[in-house]
Amino acid sequence: MSNNIEQRTISALVQDKPGVLARIAGLFRRRGFNIASLTVGRSEQKGLSRMTFVVEGPQEVVCKVSAQLDKLIDIVEVQDITESNIVWRELALIKVNADSVSRSKVLEIANIFRVNIVDIGVESLTMEISGGKQKINSLIELLKQFGIKEILRTGRIATLRGTLIEGEDDGIFQSEQDNDNNFIIPTESGSV
Amino acid sequence: MKEKKLGSQIVCEALINEDVNVVFGIPGGAILPLYGVLSQYEDLKHILVRHEQGAAHAADGYSRSTGKVGVAFATSGPGATNLITGLATAMMDSVPMVAITGQVGRAAIGSDAFQETDITGATLPVTKHNYLVMKADDIGEIIHEAFYIARTGRPGPVLIDIPRDVFTELGNYDPKKQLFIPGYNVPKNADDNEVEFASKLINKANKPVILAGHGVIISKAWDELRLIAEKAQIPVVTTLLGISSFPENHILSTGWPGMHGMAYASLALDQADLIINFGSRFDDRIVGDVSRFAKRSKKIHVDIDPAEINKSVQVDVSLIGNIKDVITQLLPLVEKTTHTSWINHIDKLKSDHPSLEIPKSDRILGQYVVKKLSDTTKGNAIICSGVGQHQMWAAQHYTFTNPNSWLSSGGLGTMGYEVPSAIGAQVGNPGKLVWSICGDGGFQMTLMELATIAENNLPIKYAILNNNHLGMITQWQGLFYNQDYQAETYTGNPDFVKLAEAYGIKGIRVSKKDNVENAIIEANKHNGPVLVDFVIEKVDDVYPMIPAGQSVNELIEGPNNV
Repeated sequence: MSNNIEQRTISALVQDKPGVLARIAGLFRRRGFNIASLTVGRSEQKGLSRMTFVVEGPQEVVCKVSAQLDKLIDIVEVQDITESNIVWRELALIKVNADSVSRSKVLEIANIFRVNIVDIGVESLTMEISGGKQKINSLIELLKQFGIKEILRTGRIATLRGTLIEGEDDGIFQSEQDNDNNFIIPTESGSV
Repeated sequence: MKEKKLGSQIVCEALINEDVNVVFGIPGGAILPLYGVLSQYEDLKHILVRHEQGAAHAADGYSRSTGKVGVAFATSGPGATNLITGLATAMMDSVPMVAITGQVGRAAIGSDAFQETDITGATLPVTKHNYLVMKADDIGEIIHEAFYIARTGRPGPVLIDIPRDVFTELGNYDPKKQLFIPGYNVPKNADDNEVEFASKLINKANKPVILAGHGVIISKAWDELRLIAEKAQIPVVTTLLGISSFPENHILSTGWPGMHGMAYASLALDQADLIINFGSRFDDRIVGDVSRFAKRSKKIHVDIDPAEINKSVQVDVSLIGNIKDVITQLLPLVEKTTHTSWINHIDKLKSDHPSLEIPKSDRILGQYVVKKLSDTTKGNAIICSGVGQHQMWAAQHYTFTNPNSWLSSGGLGTMGYEVPSAIGAQVGNPGKLVWSICGDGGFQMTLMELATIAENNLPIKYAILNNNHLGMITQWQGLFYNQDYQAETYTGNPDFVKLAEAYGIKGIRVSKKDNVENAIIEANKHNGPVLVDFVIEKVDDVYPMIPAGQSVNELIEGPNNV
C-alpha cells in the first residue's frame, strides 16, 4: 500500500437514528481512514441528516469509501464530491487574548477578515469566522502573536454548486468568492 | 384498530408471516418472555442447541441448503456474544440469516446489568444490519425489514436485539404495512450498454473462462450458467464456494483454482484471454499476488455488490446486478461458438496436470475416504465441512453434481462449522442424505451438538478424518516454518466411537483401508445419526498448493516438487 495520503470530501444523507455515526465510524476505523473533520445536522428532509466528512487515507483505499458507505443500510445517499464543483465552508470560534493594549490591533485584523466579535471581556475577545480552511488558518496564524486561548472549529460542510458552469466565475456570488479569494487559492483537496 | 399483542407474540407472528417454521436457539433470562409464548405457535418449531454458536451455524446451514432465511435465538450477554462467530461466518459468505437476541430491560441498558452486552455495537462489523428495538409497536416492521435486508441484494446476517420488557409490552402489529427503506436498492438487471459491451468481449474472445462464484448459487442461476457456458463453449472454473453451481461431471467443468485448487484450473485462469466472473469477489485465496494474477486476460465482473468492483482485481467491464438476471440478459447476445482449440488445450491441461491423483498407500488417506464417499453416494449427498486439510480434500475429491450441495465456511474459515451446519442442512432437507466431513480438530470445537442431533434423531452422517493433528498447521509449519512443529499434535483425543455411543449415536471406527467403503454403506443404511471415525495417515499434505500471496508460477503440484 502506498503512502500517498489523500483527503476526500464526502457528503452523505443518512437516517436520523441512534447508532448511524457508530456504523460510519466503524467502517472508517476498519479500513484505516482518519477522519479529518465531520459535521452532522438535520437536513431539509424529515428524518434525514446531512453529514459532511473529510477523510484521509492512502488514495487507492480512500477512493473506495463511497461504495463502502453506500452499503450501510442507514445511508440513503452518498456522494464523493472531492472532484466536483463545490462550495465549502467551515465555522470557527477563536478566543484570543486582547487587553486594553492589544485590543485595537486584534480588532483591526478582525475587520480585515470581516469576522464577527461574539463576546468581549477584559482580557480576551471571541470572534466568529466562516470560510474556507485556509482563510481560517491564516487568521489563526495572525492571531498567534496575541496568544490564542481557545479554538473551536466545526469542520467542513460542502454542497455542489447550482447553476454555475464548472470552472467559470461570473462574479454572481462575489461575496462567497471574496471570502476566500482574498486569502487563499481555493483547492478543494487542499491539505491542512 | 386491531387488538394489541405482546411483543413476544408479535415476534412469533412476524416470523411465521416470513414463512419461518423452524428456529435454532437456547434460552436465557432476557429472552424468556419470548420462550414463554412459543407454545402458542405450533407452526414454529424450536430446536434446542447446546451452544449459541451451534444455533448460528445451524441457521446458516439451513439457509445455505434451502435458500430460505435461517433463524437463531439467543439470550443477552454471553448468549449473544456466542453468536458472533456464526454471524461473522455468515457475513463473509453472504448467507441470509436473522438472529434474535434478548436484551436486559430498557431501563437497565447501559448500566452494566447482569448479562448485559452492547450486542448491536459488538456485531456492527459482522452483520449486514442490526437493530435495537425500543418499543413493541416497532417489532413487526423491524422483523419484516430484517428479513428483506437479509435475503435481498448481497445477502447477509441481520441481528435484532429486543429488551426483556419490550417482549412483555403490548404493541400493534400490521403485517401488511409497506416497508420503506430509503437508500436500500436491490440491483436486478445490469445496464444494457454494459451488457452489450460485455457480450462483444465474450464473442471476440478466443480463450474465455467463466469463474463461477457463490453468487451463482445465491441467485439460483445454475441453469442459466449451464446455458451460457454450453452456448459459447466456455470452460467453467468455480470458486470454493461456487462448487456445485456447475455439475462437476460436465465436460466444461474445469475444477476450482487457487491455493489448493486444481492446477489446471489455476492455469486455465492464467492463460485465458477473457475471465467472466459471475458472483465471485476475487478472493485472495484465488488471486494470490494481485500484480501477477491472470495478466493476459480482459475481465468482466458481474456482481450484485458495487463495492466489490475493482476491490482487489481491476476489471474491464462491470455488470452490477443479480447474476441470474444478468446471465439472462447476456444469453441472447452471446453467439454460439465452439472454441475447439481452447477446449482441446484445457483438456490437455487436465491430462498434463491431473491434480487429483491420490497417492498409493496401504493406509487410509483422507482423499481416499472422500473419493469413496463420492462414489458411494454418487455425488448426491449434501456435504458439510469444517476448515483445513479435510475441507480441501472434500472440495477436491467429492464430485458435486447437484446445485447447492456444498456447505463450507469459505471466507471466515470457521473450524467447528461442520457439526452444527449439518443440523441445519438436515432439518431443512429431511429426506436427503447429509454427510459432514470433519477434522478431529474442528469436530471438538462444536461436538456438544451431538446431543442436539441425538435428541432430534437427525440422521446426519459424520465422517471424522482423524489424524490426531491440526493437519493444515502441520503442513504449514513443515513448509514455511522450518519444520518447527508447535501445538499441532492432539495426543488427548477422545475415543470418538465411545463418545458417539455416550450420546446414543451409532459409532463406527475404520482403521483399515479395506473397510472404508463398507463403513460408508453401513452408515448410509442406518436410520439415524452415525459417526464414523476414519483413522487416517498422520501426516499427509494437501496438494496442489500455491503458497499465500504467490502466483501460478509458484504452484506446487505434489510432494515431489516442493
